Amino acid sequence: MLYNKKMETMPQPDIEQLQIERLQSTLNRVYRNVAFYKHIFDEKKIDIEKLKSKQDLAGLPFTTREDLNNCYPYDMFAVPLRDIVRIHSTSGTTGKPVVVGYTKNDLRHWTECTARLLASAGITDHDVVQIAFHYDLFTGGFGFHQGAELIGASVIPASTSTLEKQILIMKDFKSTALVCTPSFAFHIAGMLEETNTHPENLFLKVGIFGAEPWSELMRDRIEKGLHVDSIDTYGLTEIIGPGVAGECEYHTGLHINEDHFIVEVVDTSTLEPVPTGNEGELVFTTITKEGFPLIRYRTGDIARIISTEPCECGRTFVRISRIIGRTDDMIFFEGVKILPAQIEEMLLDIKGIAPHFRIVIDREQEKDTIEIQVEISKTLSAIDELKYLESLRNSIAEKLEKKLGIQVKVSLAEPGSIRKEGKGKVRLVEDRRSVR
Amino acid sequence: MLKVRNCESGYGRLRVLKGISLHVSPGEIVTIIGANGAGKTTLLNTIAGIIKPGSGEIVFHDKDIGSLSAEKIVALGCALVPERRQVFDTLTVKENLILGAYLHFRKKRKKEALDELQSIYSLFPVLKQRESQLAGTLSGGEQQMLAIGRALMAKPDLLMMDEPSLGIAPLIVKTIFKTILTLRDNGVTILLIEQNAKAALNIADRGYVLETGQVVLEGTSRDLFDNHDVQRAYLGKDYKKINE
Repeated sequence: MLYNKKMETMPQPDIEQLQIERLQSTLNRVYRNVAFYKHIFDEKKIDIEKLKSKQDLAGLPFTTREDLNNCYPYDMFAVPLRDIVRIHSTSGTTGKPVVVGYTKNDLRHWTECTARLLASAGITDHDVVQIAFHYDLFTGGFGFHQGAELIGASVIPASTSTLEKQILIMKDFKSTALVCTPSFAFHIAGMLEETNTHPENLFLKVGIFGAEPWSELMRDRIEKGLHVDSIDTYGLTEIIGPGVAGECEYHTGLHINEDHFIVEVVDTSTLEPVPTGNEGELVFTTITKEGFPLIRYRTGDIARIISTEPCECGRTFVRISRIIGRTDDMIFFEGVKILPAQIEEMLLDIKGIAPHFRIVIDREQEKDTIEIQVEISKTLSAIDELKYLESLRNSIAEKLEKKLGIQVKVSLAEPGSIRKEGKGKVRLVEDRRSVR
Repeated sequence: MLKVRNCESGYGRLRVLKGISLHVSPGEIVTIIGANGAGKTTLLNTIAGIIKPGSGEIVFHDKDIGSLSAEKIVALGCALVPERRQVFDTLTVKENLILGAYLHFRKKRKKEALDELQSIYSLFPVLKQRESQLAGTLSGGEQQMLAIGRALMAKPDLLMMDEPSLGIAPLIVKTIFKTILTLRDNGVTILLIEQNAKAALNIADRGYVLETGQVVLEGTSRDLFDNHDVQRAYLGKDYKKINE
């Protein structure tokens, strides 16, 4: 179902005209209002008046996560704080959090963007939508909530309460749609099986999933386990939150809301645009945002453009594949993003261990676990003292938990067992969660 | 209907428009708001062919009109109601209107033009009353109606209006804005420049905000109403005092 027929089915030449107009006005605004962009454009001698087409975007510098960290908290805002009506932020596990602000118009556009995703999943005012995303600084909960309300559905802000509670709500409140991360949906499906609750006893029709990469295999498991059709969505807080792109009922890729965002796919090493259809890093430019506009933001997500042709559903927006990887080793663990580099940084401060480690993620009894295996240092004299090793282990675990905010299992390994001398790069992350 | 891409324009060596892109779709009322000197009138005059664009594309009905003469652009269906009316003071109201249909007369379609005249009279009955009066003796509001009527005589698809409320009594301004809505309902697409941003946004579907020859904001009228910069700069309201 289309939510905004005029926009979603606009012929590509008209979309391009709209994008150019909005891109030019966005550039004029960021140059006037955001010190970071004025500085970087001046420094690189970039004349924004010379930008005449979408292709000219390639001549502009990127905005990186690091740039955003340096602008913590409000330096990337393009309007005074009094014009901001909502503030969200990233979790901050991978460095300083990125704080994003929304003006009244930004909120309205965002709401429509998520409403479009929900509408394409078939949600109408007859649906009961259970949103099992966290409602806090994280954009997932509020983002979908607003969109579902705009459509007029009955919205249940279930947030991230326990699996038992979610299933209870699902049964008693007669939820017809579930909005959450794919891994959470998978856990729910597992719990149903465990408690011998047949999905036929539920009223679910569709699941709208996002916030972490997942596979077709996982989709299959969830769809079978919950007896639902599923819609993959894509979004990130820096760009707007959920609502950047989403699948339609034909599952032919994720339609990008092109009237609000321009997507580019660049080569991960040269950072040059790749030919349409090739894999690369997704780079987004926001073209309607007032509060927190970004030019060429490198997402770190790897995908490809599937098609620029109109889809069977009528939408003319360009379609991307699901996210197939990351440019870094970012781990998605229970909604928390972790970079191995951060863990390394923390381990470097601890005496008695070598900074060689491996991260193992697994699933035990339907719950994700994360284990960090660390080599002890060769020079550690007390290598045989069990008591000492135990306290070392505990102090590492405590430190990691404090920083990451999640339960971490730590195990110590013999010197040289993880990184063999003279051998090349070791695989830092082993994710055993992928459904076997 | 109208697509402008990266339009640059100005007077001699003075660059006024620094790469403007905008579009108007059939049936829309689109407004351009901005302070004095932002380049609003220059933009309309450039589209109308009175000033030649330095670079960029102006496409009307899928035809590049950037290099065409003003009269050819009118013939294609794009007419301008100039700033400060600029009616011919020493001609009668009727003569002024018939001049607007100059193209039709030349093509020996006199009857059509005279039919058009009647429809203008029904749109602005006051012009019928003043039919044989000299245009210079009309009030400001009547002159504005005459200027609009004159442009309509060319039967345009796109009517561009440059500050129709300038120097006119508030009550008449209301009538004129109502007329703009009527025109749109009759199938005329409107590109409107206004200093009275509030009135313009009230009737427009979309708008562009022009600042020193550049577009700094584009959006639906609602978006522009809700934008604090627009409120502060053009709606003459203090922060958070807009109640509409």
